[in-house]
Amino acid sequence: MSQATSREKRTVRNRWLLLTPALVILFVAASGPLLITLTYSFLTPGDYGGVEWEFSTDAWFNVFLQRDIFDDTLGFADAHLSILWRSVKLSLMTTVGAIILGFPTAYFIATRPKGNRDIWMLLIMIPFWTNLLIRTFAVMELIRNEGTVNTVLMWTGVIDQPIQILFTETAIMIGMLYVYLPLMVLPLYASMERLDFSLVEAGYDLYATRFAVLKRIILPLVKPGLIAGSILVFVPSLGAYVTPRVMGGGKQLMLGNLIELQFGQGRNWPLGAALSITLLVIVMFALIFYVRAAGKEEIGHG
Amino acid sequence: MIDIERVTKAYGAGKSRFLALDDVSVKVQENEFFTLLGPSGCGKTTLLRVIAGFVDPTSGSVTMDGTDLLKLPPHKRPINTVFQNYALFPHLTVRQNIAFGLEMLGRPKAEITKTVDEMMELVKMTAMADRQTAQISGGQQQRVALARALAPKPKVLLLDEPLSALDFKLRKDMQIELKRLQTETGITFVFVTHDQEEALTMSDRIAVMHAGSIRQIGGPHEIYDQPAERFVADFIGDTNFLSAELLDVLGDAANVRLPSGKTISARPSQGIAKGKVTLAIRPEHASLSPPDEALLPGVLSNVVYFGTDTHFHVTLDDGETFVVRAQNQPGREAAFAKGDRTGISFPAGVGQVLRD
Repeated sequence: MSQATSREKRTVRNRWLLLTPALVILFVAASGPLLITLTYSFLTPGDYGGVEWEFSTDAWFNVFLQRDIFDDTLGFADAHLSILWRSVKLSLMTTVGAIILGFPTAYFIATRPKGNRDIWMLLIMIPFWTNLLIRTFAVMELIRNEGTVNTVLMWTGVIDQPIQILFTETAIMIGMLYVYLPLMVLPLYASMERLDFSLVEAGYDLYATRFAVLKRIILPLVKPGLIAGSILVFVPSLGAYVTPRVMGGGKQLMLGNLIELQFGQGRNWPLGAALSITLLVIVMFALIFYVRAAGKEEIGHG
Repeated sequence: MIDIERVTKAYGAGKSRFLALDDVSVKVQENEFFTLLGPSGCGKTTLLRVIAGFVDPTSGSVTMDGTDLLKLPPHKRPINTVFQNYALFPHLTVRQNIAFGLEMLGRPKAEITKTVDEMMELVKMTAMADRQTAQISGGQQQRVALARALAPKPKVLLLDEPLSALDFKLRKDMQIELKRLQTETGITFVFVTHDQEEALTMSDRIAVMHAGSIRQIGGPHEIYDQPAERFVADFIGDTNFLSAELLDVLGDAANVRLPSGKTISARPSQGIAKGKVTLAIRPEHASLSPPDEALLPGVLSNVVYFGTDTHFHVTLDDGETFVVRAQNQPGREAAFAKGDRTGISFPAGVGQVLRD
């Protein structure tokens, strides 16, 4: 064997050696918990929490189906399905809301003079650095029956009964929208800042109306930011725990709360684990679908 | 065609108030290649953007065939622009870029396809139709930008330094190409450039701008041969300036006395008065001669060889430097060498008398 190949071999071996710490961390920190969760979902719940090491598919069965306690008939687990549906619905609405609010915001900041942009971005970031719980309580203070919004509306005579917003799905959506909005603004701003505004001028020059410029030029060019922002808002919304807990008042559960319930009062760790994996699968499918759809449109355009 | 009247554009207020355009009036004629020429910051691009509708003037009026352009937003003006950086849409192909304006005008599909094909033929880009704009060269991008702006058949085409990003050879080709397109399409071109050569070779008329105002409007010959003022003479081509004394003006001939005491006749410009004036002489109009025969004696201080011609730098007796340009001919030796005592001469009628 020649010297060159043995040296090459050594280089390859050294490369793997250098990579080992990163690979170990990746495996232990990312895959480890996932494997444990997956294993737990196929075990039997212990009487006081925890698991019994006995194989069972009951947990997975219970994710979607339930046996009636009286006549033993099989039916869909309505509670789970409605929570699942609510989670997906509210997350989608939050994402759409974040686009509607975040897009003009990012556009506004990107069109400011260069020196002022950082200040505007700072204003967007400051709430993001504040504790999640405090921010959620702040929103609660705004929308509760004796809160700012209702007080002002009653005082000005627009309504004579406070509007019940808190502890509804709307409240959860408002809360999540507020909490996750910066995650939409940031990537949108990043792609808009790179946008060459002479393209916008070229659009106007070539007889495009404002709407046409937005649709045909700005949107396609900031699409990467829009996709990134949507993912960054949708994914944490789907698994949100604190916001639905506080704003929904324990009545309007989302997936995150349901999972917590199984690991807490429910003492059904396998079911909790199975629900966690379900959440993961939903997120994965949503992402694949979204990225595919967005990518396909791009190819169609040219 | 386009009538720009007393247009002023001010930025800022108070002490930092800056006039990008200072009382500019100009008429661009139908089917004309009109050039706005000036150094950077002279307001030529601002004037172009006023016509396009991207800048609203502080005062003044802009009309086109009688309609007030200032009341129309950019997308309603029958004017298209070729931008300096081309501003091609990166997410669209060459064909889609060229079709954009026609689509926005809501033209029928068949007509769009036909016009786009014609345009690609016109700028010789048919083979590149389905390329992304990032995959084509600078010169090709330039052609696409031109085709895109010409496709909707505008009444006026604005070109904002479109050749500045191209290399020398390509720029030469594009100059001829642009002139050809203008003649073929019959569209009025308003061309902005800081390159005097570009302006001289392509334009029907040139407006020389400086510090927000137009200093002279005229054909290339007029601008070059009869500059109205020192700035124009200095900016267009190379010029020697001599301080002189105006004795009298008789019709087209002005008699001036040079610092050496000799007198010669030159062309007068408007607004000159007897007394101290400036005499502008192009380097190619002067020649070297023996000191005793010369209009102005001096010492040959430098000889710079340029291939097609040679520049002789003469330090005159009053300390000023005068440049003489002589075309090189094979087999002809220069009569003077560096350091020789010599002088410069020029025939009567080639100098231009300017206000001092």
